[in-house]
Amino acid sequence: MEKIFSFFLDNREAIFLVILSVFLGIEVISHVPAILHTPLMSGANAIHGVVIIGAIIVMGHADTTGSMILGFLAVVLGTLNVVGGFVVTDRMLEMFKKKK
Amino acid sequence: MDQIAQYLTGSAILEITYVVASVLFILGLKMLSHPLTARRGNILAAFGMGFAIIATIALHRKDGEPIKNIPWILAAIVIGTAIGFYIAKKVKMTAMPQLVSFFNGMGGAAAALISMMEFPHIRPELIAEHGMANGHVLAILLGLMIGTVSWAGSMIAFGKLDGWIGDLRVKAMKYVNLTILAVLIGFIVFIMTRHVHTSTELMPYIYIMFAVAVVYGVLFVMPIGGADMPVVISLLNSFTGVAAAMGGFLYNNQAMLTGGILVGSAGTILTVLMCKAMNRSLLNVIVGVFGGGGESAVQAGGSIKEISLSDAAVLLSYSKKVVIVPGYGLAVAQAQHICHELDKLLDEKGVEVKYAIHPVAGRMPGHMNVLLAEADVPYEQLVESDEINPDLPNTDVLVVIGANDVVNPAAEDDPSSPIYGMPIVKARDARNVIVMKRGMGKGYAAIENMLFFNDKTRMLFGDAKSTLQNLVNEVKSL
Repeated sequence: MEKIFSFFLDNREAIFLVILSVFLGIEVISHVPAILHTPLMSGANAIHGVVIIGAIIVMGHADTTGSMILGFLAVVLGTLNVVGGFVVTDRMLEMFKKKK
Repeated sequence: MDQIAQYLTGSAILEITYVVASVLFILGLKMLSHPLTARRGNILAAFGMGFAIIATIALHRKDGEPIKNIPWILAAIVIGTAIGFYIAKKVKMTAMPQLVSFFNGMGGAAAALISMMEFPHIRPELIAEHGMANGHVLAILLGLMIGTVSWAGSMIAFGKLDGWIGDLRVKAMKYVNLTILAVLIGFIVFIMTRHVHTSTELMPYIYIMFAVAVVYGVLFVMPIGGADMPVVISLLNSFTGVAAAMGGFLYNNQAMLTGGILVGSAGTILTVLMCKAMNRSLLNVIVGVFGGGGESAVQAGGSIKEISLSDAAVLLSYSKKVVIVPGYGLAVAQAQHICHELDKLLDEKGVEVKYAIHPVAGRMPGHMNVLLAEADVPYEQLVESDEINPDLPNTDVLVVIGANDVVNPAAEDDPSSPIYGMPIVKARDARNVIVMKRGMGKGYAAIENMLFFNDKTRMLFGDAKSTLQNLVNEVKSL
């Protein structure tokens, strides 16, 4: 029990942030029309590419050949997620735009 | 002194950039949910990502040490950008769902790799003080598990949508899956309760856990039918979000935390919305073995009636109101352009043409809108199925092109049907129905469709694109 309390105290800011973000995520997209489901999914897909920051940090402090290779791979995959995600979403949305 | 001031300025700028990035993610997501602002929203979020990446490379410090290996990092980013950009630009719009799945898998794999690399670097002081049972270790293990499941699952979803992996439907699957899930959680508990001096001693367990998570990801998606794939991709999308957020915990990084959790919760809601459009519960999608069954046409004693191209052309040309129901068949045949040509031609003859868009037409909600928009079909001509249904009794001809389950009356008539209760386009209310289909194969949900045996229905067999082309020529020659 003591452990859980101290965990909470150590991480209270992060826990707050998580709870608020959960509600925010629900609130932000709860009124989305069905036609935008696909682009929205794709856009959200690109945003979780933020994992690339973690990949950069890992790679930036790697010192053995093994971790260099894995880090390099992580950055490549993260970039794929980010760039591919945003470009695909833009390509989808571009098509809606033409008519307006 | 100068150095300390410089250091403080650097970390302050970094943190401010993360705040800006988080705000841009939130705004971007918000704008993505409105048709008029969607594109700007996407670009805004992309800028947020760019800022966060540049600031991290330039300003991040770990124990005062700046980011090393910068040339390698830049090289990796260049490679990833080149490949990502190329794939995203080249792939056909019909293949969009599997592409989203592919990119999602990449993010999951990156999260899993980060966890794998961070695990052996857990500080011995932290272990000495708190043991293995601390938040840091939990974040690493959850990131590994969720990221890996998301990666493996996304790859299977990708393969299924691309048509080179079939379904594996065994009743026992759900028990197998639950067992594996329990084993994974068992691994987390096991690793966190070990008494060790350094985390490297536990690396073999990490590798085994990774392997088990891969198996779980594969088996989790294998039994789920192709028609439910969009829901699964959306769910895996939110998984990757959570995995990214674990990285945020790990590095105390607010941009990763907000970005990840935002996608995690928004993705979950989106998943639920998609399930609602199909009138199914999420649990039903995940554990339910879908497809098959339903009333057989032979028992019902129906027969199939075909229509010739010239008759179809005459019927369409002398109608007042025509409704087209496009499905995935239209999309795979790349027939959306020729379809638009037909509707323009009919429009010139004074026929009112509308498209009835079912929420799950195509392979993802909204997929059909994207495809028709690509062919320049005006937005005003696309009507959602709920809105067009009351109008159908006044419709002279309803043309079903490569759609099946979304017009299946079993959803209204047959309580034993797996799609019972799903909202449909009430095709049989129209005065005449023409169904364009490749053959008498069943739809994606593998259910018999009584509409094809209806008295009003005439079938026009053949590939959607060539059939439409021939139909256009017939209408022109009238």
